[in-house]
Formats: sequence, C-alpha cells, structure tokens
Amino acid sequence: MSDQAHVPASHDLAPGDEEQHSVGARIVGYVVGLALALLLTATSFFIAGTDLVWQPSIPVALIVLAIAQMGVHLVFFLHITTGPDNTNNVLALAFGLLVVFLVVGGTVWIMGHLNANMPPMDQIMKTRM
Amino acid sequence: MAMTATVGHAHADPHHIGLVIEHPGPAPKRIVTAYGFWVFLLSDIVMFSCFFAAYAVLSGQTAGGPKGSEIFEQRNVAIETVCLLLSSFTCGMASIAADVHNRFWFYLGMAVTCVLGLIFLAIEFNEFADLIARGYGPSRSAFLSSFFSLVGCHGLHVSAGVLWLLTMMAQVFAKGFRADVLRRMMCFALFWHALDIIWVGVFSVVYLLGGSV
Repeated sequence: MSDQAHVPASHDLAPGDEEQHSVGARIVGYVVGLALALLLTATSFFIAGTDLVWQPSIPVALIVLAIAQMGVHLVFFLHITTGPDNTNNVLALAFGLLVVFLVVGGTVWIMGHLNANMPPMDQIMKTRM
Repeated sequence: MAMTATVGHAHADPHHIGLVIEHPGPAPKRIVTAYGFWVFLLSDIVMFSCFFAAYAVLSGQTAGGPKGSEIFEQRNVAIETVCLLLSSFTCGMASIAADVHNRFWFYLGMAVTCVLGLIFLAIEFNEFADLIARGYGPSRSAFLSSFFSLVGCHGLHVSAGVLWLLTMMAQVFAKGFRADVLRRMMCFALFWHALDIIWVGVFSVVYLLGGSV
C-alpha cells in the first residue's frame, strides 16, 4: 500500500472522499446538504405537531421524511454516490441496509404477531395462582 | 471494483462501464482505510438497528409508567437536532480545511463542532437526569429501558466522538497534516456524519413517532 497524502483516485473513491472539486464547490455541496437537511427536519417537527393533515398519515410521513433526510446526509455529507468509482461503498451500504431491514422489519413483524396472540398479562397471572 | 491487482485486460472493466482501467496495484492506503472504517460504521448501524427494533417492540409496554408523549419535550429535541446538524456541517468544513492544510479553519471548524457536540450532550444529560429524578429511570418500565439504551447508546457514541475530535486537534497541532493524521481525520468525519444519520432515526422514531402515541 502506498502512503501518500491524497492520491487522486483514478478508479476508486474512499467513502467520504469526493471527486476532485475546488474548495468552493465542496463548500457549496455542504451548504446545499445542510439546507435540505434543515428543511426536512423542520417539516418532520411541523408534521408531528400539526392537525392540518390526516392524522393516520403522520407516522408514514415521518418515516418517509426520515429516510429522505438520511439519503441527503449520505449524498451530501458522506459523498456516497452512484458513480462507477463508488461501487464498493454502495455495495457495502446495500448489504448493511439489507441487514437493518431484516432486523427491524423481522422483529416488528414477529413480535407484533406474538403480542397479538398472547393472552393479557393478568390472565397469565391468574392461571399461575 | 477490485482492491487487488488484476492481471490481464479482460478484467480491467469488470462492470462493463466503458471505463477501462489498468490496475496499478493495490488501492492507496487512504481508500483501504476509509473503506474498512465504512464497513465498521455499517456494522455499528446494524447494532443500532437492534436497539431500534427493541424500542419499536417495547414502546407500548409502559407497565403503568409514563408514556412517551408525557415525558418528551419537543423543544429540547429540536435544539439537539439543530446542534448535531450544524456540527455535521462544521465537521465537513474542518475536513475540507484539513485537505487544503489550512490550520486556522481546521481548528475553528473542529472547535465549533466540539462546542455543538457538548451542547447536545448537556441537553441530553439534563433530560436523563430529570427523568431519573422524577422516578422514570430505565428500570421503571420496558419502554423506558429501551428508550434509555437506544438514546444513551447514541449519546455514548457522541461522547466518544467528542474525545476523538479533541485528539484529532491535538494530533494536527503536534504532527501537522501528515498522511496518517489526514486518514484519521477522514475516519472521524465519517463517524461524525454517521452519528447524525442515526440521530435522524432517533428523533423521528423515538421522539416524534413515540411522542404521538
């Protein structure tokens, strides 16, 4: 492995590294990311406290806004892109997301069914006595 | 694409992207280090997903204790969120300054990041101390156990991040912008941005969704 300060990557980009840009262009990228993230955050907090929208839609809206904001962070702060120099990073992210969805989705699904099929706690306590 | 050297022209374009590359050998150390750290961050996110799953399952199990909507203060959470978001931005500014070897902007960006992180930690610590003083500690109900472990785990990560941040400033002070210091700085920036991503999940799922129950 070479130990150079900042090798202009010809074929791969480290996660977090950008393609070669000027300092000004990089700062603009962060400013755009910050503006989008603030906008999405403000929308989340507004949606959570408002009664302007149909109430049952609020949880879904919050989850969609959260996923959108995570995407903004990934693109503008972590610089994970779909470019050919980012394939390794995106594949690792895709596998991580697969595991996250299996863990969260599977847990909520299975535990929800178990909870629905379990008799109320006071009945269990009665049969024990 | 492959991190090892490939022999022959047929493997030079494995994904048929029309970009034929003659692999010069192993990838530079900066790429290998950051990629390894990226894999660690993803595994950290998988660990957090277990805490999120536990919270999702247990958020209704209040055992006669308080519900989320009774103990969460949206104003504090909003301030915490803005602090972390701005600190992610200033951390990005500091990493740009590190790349162009500008000490003043590096120290300034890192110092602001540190202050914002400390404000976040202070607000969170106050919230925890207040809940425990009211008798709503982690042992009160399954809901509170999962709440404290998820949010507390994120808080521990931020604390570790602040310590790491200070050591990065000390390293740049003592060693300058050496290649190894810049690699560590890059990993730190990735870590700090990843913490912000996890906080997006925390404030959305725990405070906003959990607060409406």
